[in-house]
Amino acid sequence: MFKIFEPSKIFLITSKAPKYVMVLFAVVFTIGLLEALIFSPEDYKQSHSVRIMYVHVPAAWISLGIFSSITFLSLSGYIFKNKNFFLIAKSLAPSGFVFNIVALVTGSIWGKPTWGTWWAWDARITSMLILALFYLMYLVAWRIYEDKEHVLKITTIITILGIINVPIIKYSVDWWNTLHQPASINVLSKSSIHSSMLFPLLIMTAAFALFSLLIFLMKYNTELIKIKNKGLDRL
Amino acid sequence: MINEFLKMNGYGLYVWSAFTFTFLSFTTLYLITKIQYVRERNKFVSKFGALDSKRSQVARSQTINREILSSSQSI
Repeated sequence: MFKIFEPSKIFLITSKAPKYVMVLFAVVFTIGLLEALIFSPEDYKQSHSVRIMYVHVPAAWISLGIFSSITFLSLSGYIFKNKNFFLIAKSLAPSGFVFNIVALVTGSIWGKPTWGTWWAWDARITSMLILALFYLMYLVAWRIYEDKEHVLKITTIITILGIINVPIIKYSVDWWNTLHQPASINVLSKSSIHSSMLFPLLIMTAAFALFSLLIFLMKYNTELIKIKNKGLDRL
Repeated sequence: MINEFLKMNGYGLYVWSAFTFTFLSFTTLYLITKIQYVRERNKFVSKFGALDSKRSQVARSQTINREILSSSQSI
């Protein structure tokens, strides 16, 4: 059923793809930066500080998306007994963690001119910090556990516990009174953000997604070569 | 005009530091991943070179091993 996920077949694509993804990322990121820093208008309330949104929001979205994917892959790996799913999940984690940190730090920088403080223990910010801790636990678990079966079990448990936090992050601004503003973009209803700001935001999101794809491909290739190195030792 | 662009109505420090932090994080992650990749690939090439002809033939029969050896990607 999952013959398409055989590492040897995937490597044929993943070994060649990074250079094309890198070029695409450079083009989209350059357009995104021009839009975010020059062409998009300033906000009537927040003035130019609103431009921080173009790095903060895509980073937060992608870190949440990657964690959800890692959980889905880990569970699928367990259900279908396919170790390659775990390898894909492991290769996604570093970029998810970095995006999480970028979201926290840029959010903190944005908080100072907007709320007058770098940090507040409000529901949205605290739940994002908890997500970063789950990412950290996941990455550390892969580093410290040598036993393969043991690490698969532990990382899956970490992702299952961590995924409970994802809807809390999403709905924290609705469930509690927070400093953080409610969502401006809704898939099911009309968004409250103007198209002149939405367009650069979507371009930057595409650029960030391409960057995480690039890191994923490089990391996945590294993991496959690591396995092949062990294979050569056994010959 | 450039001065105005950099100052951004007094918010320049916040905006530029957010973008700089993002850019530095991306660069660091890319370099770390690249170094890890090159290290593993070099290890593979040197291990492969140390194999005797019989084992080398067995290893070369796997498509993925041939791909690793031939991949000279400039990522």
